[in-house]
Amino acid sequence: MLMPLVNMTDPSATTSGQRNDIYAVLLHRVAQSRDRLAFAELFDHFAPRVKSFMMRKGCNAEQAEDLVQEAMIAVWTKAALFSTDRGSVSTWIFTIARNLWIDRLRREKSQLYTDLEDFDAPDGATGAEENLGRSQEDNYVAQALEQIPVEQRELLILSFVEDVPQSEIAQRLNIPLGTVKSRMRLGYQRMRKLLETVT
Amino acid sequence: MKIAHHLDDATLVGFAAGTLAPAHSIVASAHMALCPQCRATLHKAEAIGGGILADQAPTAVSQTLRAATLASLEGLPVSAPKKPSAPLKAGALPDVLVRALGVTSLDQIKWHRKLPGVAIYDVPLPKGTKAKLKLLALEKGRAMPDHGHGGEELTLVLKGSYSDKFGKFTAGDVADLAEDVEHQPIVDSDETCICLISFDVPAKFKSIWARLAQPFSGM
Ligand SMILES: [Zn+2]
Repeated sequence: MLMPLVNMTDPSATTSGQRNDIYAVLLHRVAQSRDRLAFAELFDHFAPRVKSFMMRKGCNAEQAEDLVQEAMIAVWTKAALFSTDRGSVSTWIFTIARNLWIDRLRREKSQLYTDLEDFDAPDGATGAEENLGRSQEDNYVAQALEQIPVEQRELLILSFVEDVPQSEIAQRLNIPLGTVKSRMRLGYQRMRKLLETVT
Repeated sequence: MKIAHHLDDATLVGFAAGTLAPAHSIVASAHMALCPQCRATLHKAEAIGGGILADQAPTAVSQTLRAATLASLEGLPVSAPKKPSAPLKAGALPDVLVRALGVTSLDQIKWHRKLPGVAIYDVPLPKGTKAKLKLLALEKGRAMPDHGHGGEELTLVLKGSYSDKFGKFTAGDVADLAEDVEHQPIVDSDETCICLISFDVPAKFKSIWARLAQPFSGM
């Protein structure tokens, strides 16, 4: 029987004492040995965040919980497809939640995203233990968002959280689409710079 | 395949966030199936979504949801690790286009011909989506229709080539240009140039046929 891996009040207190991505380690255990304890820890951390995220997109609590359940079941069934090469567990769960949301709106099929993931499927060379600091990167994203100009941050939040297309952002803010795009581009590029200096 | 023209970062952020209209998503996805560079940018943009998700203040979920989710895991089929897909062979259609076009090869397209040297196929899209998606087949010397003006427009070359002031666009290249850009792309390949074009339909929309029928100099 495995001991609970994570002390939530101190994310650095992993078994190795390194800056391991604790969630990647948990997910790795789900993938390797269907570890329900590890899954429960992932659920307790991510389900309430996915719920908030869905509610900010306009779901009521009940719809949000439906999507949370679907997302967390996908975490269980797709755990072996996660690759630290592509980012943190939070980023992976974000893509799962985004794809569910897209399918829910029936604007298109999220298969268009999953096809692309297959091109960069993990080659098995990197395990969770080898990849460090990915969950740290999530913290840096939040910090970096605070450091970019407010008009760029606003556009990223409208896109990622409120799901507003760029043409609609242009109408809402009464600015040309070209301005929306250049702010979006600058915002993204500044975020990358900030993240690359710390990771 | 050497790709020289890529998606704009703003388009990739929109794709990462899931806000691109279906027509644009299909073109962007078809380019990315061919382009590791844009896929890498996509994953970086998705990390912004991941950071925002991680930073959400938690909203407690009901105890019944937790129990029901944990109970539902029993016996669920789980995915095995995947091998990376092999890069697409030259001329092969990415899966996203096989689905969108309903063909496995461009030779099977049922073209609609109205003008000499020009054929068009309207790609069906889900109801209620505003942006349009069309395949365009143009013979050497024909001009591409001018830019949509007033919205987003993506052009992906699938076969042949055209050139404009931004250079030569060959199979895999995508033109993702600002709406106010003036340019005049002319097909310069001996073989027919086939492009996939997605565009927003502006309020005062001039049909693609009308735009194609204009004399080259006026475009
Ligand atoms: Zn590219």
